[in-house]
Amino acid sequence: MIDNDPCAIIENEFVKPGKGQAFNRVKFRNLKTGRVIERTFKSGESVEAADVVEVSLQYLYNDGTEWHFMDQESFEQYTAGKDVVGDAASWLKEQDSCTVTLWNGTPILVVPANFVNLTVSNTDPGLRGDTASGATKPATVETGATIKVPLFVEEGELIKIDTRTGEYVSRVKE
Amino acid sequence: MNAIRTSNREAQLDCDWRPSASFEALRLRARGLALIRAFFAERDVLEVETPAMARSAASDVHIASLSTICHAGGGAAGQFYLQTSPEFAMKRLLAAGSGPIYQVCRAFRDAESGRLHNPEFTLLEWYRPGFDHHGLMDELDTLMNRVLGCAGTTRRLTYRDAFAAYGGLDPFEASTDALLTRAEDAGLVLAADCPAERDMLLDFLFSQGVQAAFGDGRVYVYDFPASQAALARVRASQPPVAERFELFLNGIEIANGYHELADAHEQRQRFAADGVARKRLGLAQMPVDERLLAALAHGLPDCAGVAVGLDRLFMIAAGESSIQAMMAFPITRA
Repeated sequence: MIDNDPCAIIENEFVKPGKGQAFNRVKFRNLKTGRVIERTFKSGESVEAADVVEVSLQYLYNDGTEWHFMDQESFEQYTAGKDVVGDAASWLKEQDSCTVTLWNGTPILVVPANFVNLTVSNTDPGLRGDTASGATKPATVETGATIKVPLFVEEGELIKIDTRTGEYVSRVKE
Repeated sequence: MNAIRTSNREAQLDCDWRPSASFEALRLRARGLALIRAFFAERDVLEVETPAMARSAASDVHIASLSTICHAGGGAAGQFYLQTSPEFAMKRLLAAGSGPIYQVCRAFRDAESGRLHNPEFTLLEWYRPGFDHHGLMDELDTLMNRVLGCAGTTRRLTYRDAFAAYGGLDPFEASTDALLTRAEDAGLVLAADCPAERDMLLDFLFSQGVQAAFGDGRVYVYDFPASQAALARVRASQPPVAERFELFLNGIEIANGYHELADAHEQRQRFAADGVARKRLGLAQMPVDERLLAALAHGLPDCAGVAVGLDRLFMIAAGESSIQAMMAFPITRA
């Protein structure tokens, strides 16, 4: 816990003048804002531990303002607002699993699976046979996100997307 | 979970038996040691070896000694401390009339691990009767030319000027509050019950700010605050300063030297002051080296001495960024 927010340590460097006080220079990611900050502590000092866990939850539905998730083992449900779900909203498909970070039992971060399969809901007509030119066109998928796809991709097709880059990976045969 | 841990451990051991240094790095190390020995042979400085463990230990608050049990001479088991530097024994040799001496040895400091630290490391330490800290800085710089293979850019500045160059604070005159504000601006976080001690703040600002601003090349910093004298003599100037110096290479601390304190009475007082500070901080009391005090009382020649961290020096010579890259087996593989 730093400044009342849960943080994850990214880097921890030991700094000590030969004859002087030892310090640890620590780089953290604020788990609520994603911002990276650097602080230095006297070696051996402690900070309050954050009650943070990562769980795999099934995304259920969006009620217009909030996203609802469920733990498939305990059936416990969680809700998260736009500020928590953020860009992950582009890749959340009902019934899919995603990784949710809980702090004191409340979602603070939602990360979709690295790869998701989504149906193309809208795109210009495909150019059959053009599998080599590398040219792309915009396509909207069922979650509402727009990505670049190769020219041969048709409406109604299922495609695989890398959520970390937002890039098209391949077509998926159902 | 346990199965995963076990297999990780096995995977780790699979490569952990190997050295963390390349053979190229180990060859550079060996060449460096040969250069250093040749340098001192040319100058008639005698190579010596002194005990790595002793019944007494360094009293510095910020230096933690490792200890072991030894059944000395068939007698009862006694606690011995691994040296944190060979300073005390070498000063006994000087007092006994050795003349100029040097040593390359292992030193041990507990709880020091990181990119620039290993609990066991290699020190070069030498003493020059008749030199003050400026004379020894000259000789150290000549040795640096030899080991680093170039003349390099060299600057010398007082602790006060080094500090002033970094944001205009005077380390002797600035209030503790001003130092604290500056340190907090630079990211220091102190626990609520932690007193903002002046030397701790100076250590923070120096190591995080002043040093980092040095950039490439050699910087010698001398005339430290008297409160950071350690084993250096204090000159009664205004303000009084410790005749101590440090060498920074590319902003990394490489060497620490003193115009040595030779006064047995003052040395005993400093040991006692360290003991009081240790008690206040809940640290173990270290047995005072009475043999060192007896040697000083007999008479230590006016001399200067310096300790050089060879792992770091060779790291810089090799263009590496961690001392582990210069050690066959650092603590994680020991």
